[in-house]
Amino acid sequence: MRAIGTVDEIPPGEGRTFAVDGQMIAVFRLRDGSLRATQAVCPHKGGPLADGQIDRKQVLCPLHLNAWDLTTGCSLSGQPDLAVYPVHADDNKIILGDA
Amino acid sequence: MRQRLVVIGNGMAGARTVEEILARGGDFAITMFGDEPYGNYNRIMLSNVLAGVEDESGIFLNDLSWYADNGITLHTGTRIERIDRFARMVYATDGTATPYDKLIIATGSRAFVPPIPGLHRPGRGYHQGVFAFRTLDDTRAMIRYAKEHERAVVIGGGLLGLEAARGLQNHLPHVTLIHAAGHLMNAQLNEVAGETLRATIERKLGIEVVVSAQTTEILGKHAVTGVRLADGRVIGCDVVVVAAGIRANAEMAAASGLVVERGIVVDDQMRAQDEDDIYAVGECAQHRGETYGLVAPLWDQAKVLADHLTGVNPFAEYHGSQVATKLKVAGVDVASMGLKEPERDDDESLTFTEPGKGVYKNVIIRDGRLVGATMVGDVKKVAFLMQAFDRGLALPEERAELMFDLGGPAGEVKVEDMPDDEQVCNCNGVSKGAICSTVQSGCKTVSGVMDKTRAGKGCGTCKPIVQRIVEWAAGGEVEEDPAASYYVPGIPMPKPELMNAIRLHDLRSVSSVFATLGGEEDAKSKMGLASLLKMMWGGDYVDERDARFINDRVHANIQRDGTFSVVPQMKGGVTTPAQLRRIAEVAEKHEVPMVKLTGGQRIDLLGIPKEKLPEVWADLDMPSGYAYGKSFRTVKTCVGSDFCRFGVGDSTALGIALEERYQGIEGPGKMKLAVTGCPRNCAEAYVKDLGVVAIDGGKWEIYVGGAAGAHIRKGDLLTTVDSADEVMVLTGRFLQYYRENANWLERTYAFVPRIGIDRVREIVVDDKDGIAAGLDAAMEASVAAYRDPWKDRDQPATPGQFRTSLPLTVLPQVPVRA
Ligand SMILES: Cc1cc2nc3c(=O)[nH]c(=O)nc-3n(C[C@H](O)[C@H](O)[C@H](O)COP(=O)(O)OP(=O)(O)OC[C@H]3O[C@@H](n4cnc5c(N)ncnc54)[C@H](O)[C@@H]3O)c2cc1C
Ligand code: SF4
Ligand code: SF4
Ligand code: FES
Repeated sequence: MRAIGTVDEIPPGEGRTFAVDGQMIAVFRLRDGSLRATQAVCPHKGGPLADGQIDRKQVLCPLHLNAWDLTTGCSLSGQPDLAVYPVHADDNKIILGDA
Repeated sequence: MRQRLVVIGNGMAGARTVEEILARGGDFAITMFGDEPYGNYNRIMLSNVLAGVEDESGIFLNDLSWYADNGITLHTGTRIERIDRFARMVYATDGTATPYDKLIIATGSRAFVPPIPGLHRPGRGYHQGVFAFRTLDDTRAMIRYAKEHERAVVIGGGLLGLEAARGLQNHLPHVTLIHAAGHLMNAQLNEVAGETLRATIERKLGIEVVVSAQTTEILGKHAVTGVRLADGRVIGCDVVVVAAGIRANAEMAAASGLVVERGIVVDDQMRAQDEDDIYAVGECAQHRGETYGLVAPLWDQAKVLADHLTGVNPFAEYHGSQVATKLKVAGVDVASMGLKEPERDDDESLTFTEPGKGVYKNVIIRDGRLVGATMVGDVKKVAFLMQAFDRGLALPEERAELMFDLGGPAGEVKVEDMPDDEQVCNCNGVSKGAICSTVQSGCKTVSGVMDKTRAGKGCGTCKPIVQRIVEWAAGGEVEEDPAASYYVPGIPMPKPELMNAIRLHDLRSVSSVFATLGGEEDAKSKMGLASLLKMMWGGDYVDERDARFINDRVHANIQRDGTFSVVPQMKGGVTTPAQLRRIAEVAEKHEVPMVKLTGGQRIDLLGIPKEKLPEVWADLDMPSGYAYGKSFRTVKTCVGSDFCRFGVGDSTALGIALEERYQGIEGPGKMKLAVTGCPRNCAEAYVKDLGVVAIDGGKWEIYVGGAAGAHIRKGDLLTTVDSADEVMVLTGRFLQYYRENANWLERTYAFVPRIGIDRVREIVVDDKDGIAAGLDAAMEASVAAYRDPWKDRDQPATPGQFRTSLPLTVLPQVPVRA
């Protein structure tokens, strides 16, 4: 468990990339306030997932609009799945790792 | 307790059988094993994926949620290595054991790889550059490798080899097809038909075909460098695709003690020989001595097995399938059924050839019945022939009618004359009767019927006839697919209704639209809604940044490596030395990897990292050229009357005026304009969303609905006017009408024909509906609300607006050109 940034770095409904131990992780702030974290790089052709559009379930990669389930990482359009990471907010802190 | 049904093989036959079982209300606890890492996809479509005409994501038949929704436990990427028939268990290579009450084996087949020296590297699988063509992974790997190489050899001139050869052409320049037999597709075609096909493929596609050629060796030490033929010839290549046939995946069954010959031997209920609870379907099964390599027979097998297992009809029997095929092979229509050549002295054989056009037709008649037919290059009569072949219908006295339409418009079978059980969709095995009963059960949209029955969802060639049957069955009551008319997928309303509701509830933000009208937030709908609200509310729109696509969040166009392209405004394509100097300085200062002229007469700075955008804009200090949005883009102009000796109107000045006024206006799709100084059309105005052409006498013609992108269409003449001022007004009015009425992402080339140019003219030019003043006022408001987005640079709109989302690797990845 560790803090990797603050929640207000991410506008509601958007994502931002954080570097964690030399790895890039995309953290999304859903409009219901909860957070999701996935690998930052799209498994399709390397698109920046944090630049994608999201809703409460899925993220669309900005390059070719493939979709993934934000919670499970499962592809919704026939691509390899995403790695997902447990993440939650503690006050304004983004905490990566199991609660 | 519910019976446990285990299915080995998650391909087309396995998944289809499970679907048929579910459709019959079968109550099983189902577990499926597939050794590919995906849900079930349409293997047929791999040809299209290779050819680049279908996206990978479009070929999935059952995605993972389908399994979850139906309570099926799916183990992807898991191979079963043994069945214990006595303990009723299956064992996977990962060490797990799963018990069953009923077991279905649907392991399909694999590519047959002839024992050619050099194909394999000891201990490493295929030699570098050698591929089979069976799975999605094969296809991906082949595409990746082919893109970086020059010459491919495909071994095998059957259906699969031809498809591979055509597809590879999409990725590299030279493709040679090597076939061991004397002519192509020798299993289905006779010699002349095969020869006709070869000629067409060589001439039209430029694939080199070598027949009667045995490949004896694959050359190359570290990677493939060529193939050697039996006659000593060497054909240089760096990619080899083996498509020399298929072999049933039956070893695991054989090792587990089942009876296996060329496939797993099954009876008429698809039950493995001497077993009570083990069945096999698909390409791995051998029924009455036959194994099949096309999908149509699998569907019949799946139905019989489902009838039997669910008890809907415990005595259902499969009697084998007549293989009549109609395929598009490498872009050429080919159909074949029954005999390839006459067998008896008194068989009648009629042949028509037109080698110049690549057409070959042959029918074989015995005792007045059709016993064989082959068509290459022209398959118009094939529906009738298949019917005659399947049912042994009496044939017309005028035998030529079997091959040609003599008089009458026909050409296609009449829907009402087709018998109910005639198969319409040969990929998914859907009969006319099945389509009709789906319509009768209340589904009256073409897409709805296609979803329910899967008709038309295979290779797609039968879509037109499916549509005609639905229309006929619905007796003129075909409904438009409602979802097709939604403005965005997430809100079930067509655009006018949606706009009314937005006004009624005074919804000014995307999230309030979802909350009030849609239920759930939907990522795929956000961008369309943002565009619509902005158009409707102008300055009063509540801008939620997450509703914007990344391009609109940072006002630049995202590139394949996550960097952005920056295009400053250059009205009408006119620039100045000072502007050029400024751009040059900025490009140098920021080491812009590529500076390029765009098709819209502007200068594009490519490869700018996101975090540098504000600085680049500040240094440029020019307005945005909007090369990234669903919005008004540019006005392309020719030099016109000021300099051109043919010019009859000042196209440059008018183009600049148009761009100045309508810059940055959002819409349902891009709006690209052009003004040209005479009908020589140097600025390509006939193929723009709105194009203006100066004609003699000081007049201007306005064309709308043109396109010259992936879709090409000449615009329709909206009207001819006497002054540039009128052009300005009508342009605004047309664009506003388009903005208010077009569906999301519907470009004018689709919108104008949908409404009809006459109707567009009535509204925009003649003001028949009395809305012209309203359209003009709405456009005026949008124009007034315009603000250059690049001014955003000092005060980021959101925290981290320009923070990099990548890279892991050092940017830029785009090649730097000197
Ligand atoms: C490129 C291409 C184009 C084609 N075009 C056409 C066409 O135009 N028209 C037509 O009619 N047919 C066409 N076909 C043939 C058609 O795709 C097949 O007939 C059909 O897919 C067979 O279905 P199946 O379920 O028997 O086998 P498959 O679809 O191959 O499914 C079998 C599955 O079982 C898995 N499996 C195998 N062994 C095990 C094991 N031990 N444990 C777990 N899983 C296992 C396999 O990995 C595979 O996923 C084409 C085939 C290809 C490759
Ligand atoms: S379109 Fe006509 S006026 Fe314009 S450059 Fe061409 S020839 Fe000259
Ligand atoms: S044609 Fe357009 S979309 Fe295709 S590669 Fe070129 S710029 Fe990209
Ligand atoms: S790179 Fe993400 S969808 Fe293509």
